[in-house]
Amino acid sequence: MARRSAPEVNAGSMADIAFLLLIFFLVTTTIETDSGISRKLPPPQEDEVEPPILKEKNIFVVELNKNNDLLVEEAPMELGDLREAAVKFLDNGGGKGEDACNHCQGAKDPSSSDNPTKAVISLRNNRETNYATYIAVQNELVAAYTQLRNREAQRQYGKSFEQMEKDLKDVNYTGNKESLKEDIKKIQFLFPEKLSEAEPKK
Amino acid sequence: MSKFNKKKSGELPAISTASLPDIVFMLLFFFMVATVMRQNTLMIENKLPVADQIEKLDKKDLVMYIYAGKPSSRYRASAGNQPRIQLNDKFADVSEIKAFILAERASKREELIPFLTTALKVDGDTNMGLVGDIKKELREVQALKINYTTRTGSALDN
Repeated sequence: MARRSAPEVNAGSMADIAFLLLIFFLVTTTIETDSGISRKLPPPQEDEVEPPILKEKNIFVVELNKNNDLLVEEAPMELGDLREAAVKFLDNGGGKGEDACNHCQGAKDPSSSDNPTKAVISLRNNRETNYATYIAVQNELVAAYTQLRNREAQRQYGKSFEQMEKDLKDVNYTGNKESLKEDIKKIQFLFPEKLSEAEPKK
Repeated sequence: MSKFNKKKSGELPAISTASLPDIVFMLLFFFMVATVMRQNTLMIENKLPVADQIEKLDKKDLVMYIYAGKPSSRYRASAGNQPRIQLNDKFADVSEIKAFILAERASKREELIPFLTTALKVDGDTNMGLVGDIKKELREVQALKINYTTRTGSALDN
């Protein structure tokens, strides 16, 4: 008897099957966003604790009213100018003696903040304020801090603060991570994020 | 001279589709790998605002999601027009957040609890009053690490 070769499987419909699967995954896929602005909430407050007394000039009041208008130090401002204004306030360094700020490059205006470690940004919003506007303001204020930290890190360590944080997370980073962590802490100490949020007004 | 006329007789040759399955499989594998199955079915409109100062949440199992926004059109008849909170797969009241956080904590290993983050996925068109209420509840249960989930882009476009 002659040896018969095995019959070939018809693969013509493989494309159809693959298409079917492909369409299933196309339909079910949702590209999830998993990034955002990280913040830390203040711990719940006990009633007896007296709030610390802050000098008026060390507070930068940012207010959002119910019409989504931005008021900075009681003057209206466009959102685009907020970052610059916040940087100017934080970087002022008008303090003298032990409040003096050596790393500030601001105007040293005595009527503005003494030192970035003393300066507080107070964000107040109305209950009617739009969430998107609030996020935009938060974003600009965080950006102001990042800008200053980047500048300081560039001056001290020759690379930006964002790069340092990226290196800390990077598994392939070859340098010393412990000292990098210390450096990041130092920069954070020089420009601490002091963003206070008041209870929204009714 | 028939040598030179040979080619004229044929019609257009058929395009070979032999590599079509390969191309489709390639696409298929891409989508299979990129797919993240959604944990919750959204019952609200969820158009997130944009921002550029963002951090990535990398440990997915350590994130608790709180959604808020206007009920989507399918649920508008039963849930109303006002922004609502969604926890897991159902609409919830502000007072239910505490129980939700505690339940999430209970389901995690004890040493991981300090690293839990709450991701707020709030529609851009929501009032801050609701967000403020959520934050107040979170403060009371000591869930202090939060993340306002946003899309990437310039914040000035909001």
